[in-house]
Amino acid sequence: MAEVSVEIRNAVKAHGATLAVDHLSLEVRRGEFFSILGPSGSGKTTTLRLLAGFERLDQGDILIEGRSMRSVPPNHRPVNLVFQHYALFPHLTVFGNVSFGLEMRRLPKEEIRSRVASVLDMVRLTPKQDRWPAQLSGGEQQRVALARALVNQPSVLLLDEPLGALDQQLRQDMQVELKAIQEQVGITFICVTHHQEEALTMSDRVAIMHQGRLLQVGSPQEIYEAPASSFVAGFIGVSNTLRGRIARFNGTTCDVTVPGLPTGQAIVARPSAGAGVGSSVTLVLRPERLHLSNEVRVGGFDNVLEGRVSKAVYNGSEMQYLLSLADGISWKARVPNVGEGQKKFLPGEAVFVRWNADEGVVLTE
Amino acid sequence: MSPIAFPPKTISEQGRAERPGLAGWLLAPALGWMGVFFLLPLALVFAISFASRGTYGGVEWTVSVANYLNVIDPLYLKIVLRSLALALATTVWCLVLGFPLAYYIARLPARWQGVWLLLVMIPFWTNFLVRTYAWMFMLRTEGLLNTALIGLGLIASPMEILYSTTAVLIGLVYGYLPFMVLPLYAAIERLAPSLVEAAWDLYASPWAVFRRVILPLTKPGIVAGCLLVFIPSLGAFITPDLLGGAKTMMVGNLIQHEFLVVRDWPFGSAIAFVLMGLVLIGVMAYVKAEESDRGQKEER
Repeated sequence: MAEVSVEIRNAVKAHGATLAVDHLSLEVRRGEFFSILGPSGSGKTTTLRLLAGFERLDQGDILIEGRSMRSVPPNHRPVNLVFQHYALFPHLTVFGNVSFGLEMRRLPKEEIRSRVASVLDMVRLTPKQDRWPAQLSGGEQQRVALARALVNQPSVLLLDEPLGALDQQLRQDMQVELKAIQEQVGITFICVTHHQEEALTMSDRVAIMHQGRLLQVGSPQEIYEAPASSFVAGFIGVSNTLRGRIARFNGTTCDVTVPGLPTGQAIVARPSAGAGVGSSVTLVLRPERLHLSNEVRVGGFDNVLEGRVSKAVYNGSEMQYLLSLADGISWKARVPNVGEGQKKFLPGEAVFVRWNADEGVVLTE
Repeated sequence: MSPIAFPPKTISEQGRAERPGLAGWLLAPALGWMGVFFLLPLALVFAISFASRGTYGGVEWTVSVANYLNVIDPLYLKIVLRSLALALATTVWCLVLGFPLAYYIARLPARWQGVWLLLVMIPFWTNFLVRTYAWMFMLRTEGLLNTALIGLGLIASPMEILYSTTAVLIGLVYGYLPFMVLPLYAAIERLAPSLVEAAWDLYASPWAVFRRVILPLTKPGIVAGCLLVFIPSLGAFITPDLLGGAKTMMVGNLIQHEFLVVRDWPFGSAIAFVLMGLVLIGVMAYVKAEESDRGQKEER
């Protein structure tokens, strides 16, 4: 088991009458890229500010490298923050910005110069070291902000929406670069974002927050494929849902009856732990896991539902279909474009939607 | 075409060149006003400063620098130096008191900022002379301050504050503090709080945050505030007159005295120009220092 770098113990922080952070407990391992993902107002930014020391805990504790941070001001914490809008000092050059932290710690001039040089080299900004922040592009400013924090070799690097201000193409490039840099320096990264693709792409583990509470922590794959609640399922990617009740168990699978579907037709699914006969459940299915066909039986699938294509969108890499199923249930399906021979469905066409039991997730509420 | 027209929709160099008259017309009232009521009198005072006093107080149009040589007389030089020291002290006190206040206001929620700025400016609604008289009531031997301090048992006998340099300083700081607070507020309000947090996060102690980030980034406001306080307090004459009494004559009183009592307009004019020259030299020295400082930064 990897060592713990950051431990948040039962942290509470109130903003006025609401709890911005509501009894949050969390462990982040050393050297891991950890993302806190949530919609705005979920408490993720407050959590980051508590870690940086800009806000004080009302209850609980935060331990960094085993040391309580309760009464430690930001300038004495072994963490550095990459600010959302970079917060570069406009009156200092790139070099002046990056060397700021080292100068404050009164390191020898020679060491400052060599450490700044090597970190600027890492973010490919050596030729720009005498520029002013206002003379840099958004992507360059972002890299200066990163360098300014990394040069201090903190125990933990905090990132607040690090790619939020960049355009789409740059954002995707920087996702890869940020992850590569993190692996190179081996520092624990804690990244706050509302952008789920960013979190899934870069992180070793992801925490989902909502209304100040922690909903789920896990690897990107666990979060995506085994969401613990319908909020997580809905927040991470697109999901189709069906509400029903467990009718019976058949070994490793169970039958779920769904109101609105033809009588006698049950959905076969893999039950979640703790579900029993009669439990009311939500079935979650990812759009890319659905198989579409004109025929009822091609290959053995556990489940088949009849529907109609209401919308078809060509998206380059894939076809996106909006399907209307029985009784006003509307689902989305995605089919990758793999070649010429592939069947494309047209709006109004009748289709059969098919999937296997283990491709859906059953949530007990 | 009528002189007042709508500006071109795109302000390009070409568009500007097409209408050279518009800007000139809009500037005309201000330029005219300044010319007639500022430059002209100033030129007149400058001319008078080389003249000499007539027997009955009039101006005799001779040309000499005698008035200027007179200013260097130790008697008058002392007054000028005392005024410079007092104006400097006023500026420093206004800065020390005004900065925390301006910082506090600039970091309040937006709706409270307006209320506080209003409170800072409310004294302007009352005549300055009346407010200075109010200070006389506060500071005199049986005044509010002494009564309160004796009542609290902090002092046994009343302090003699009124008619002293301290009283003048208090009055000047009181009078010019808003001129310091407003430009400081404007500068601090523009300083992003995240920059302060960034410095704090990068191991800067609160003092280092102030010195390395807040101070350099609010410098334009500090300079503006200091000039707005220093210049008028250097020439102030109501406050020294009422609160300082006869003992502490300031250069403002001296000029007033020369014009209205001694009726030596040429000498009064010369003192006024020496004063202006001193301020101008100070400001230019600052601008020069600032430029070379920036030049060095850009070279690095």
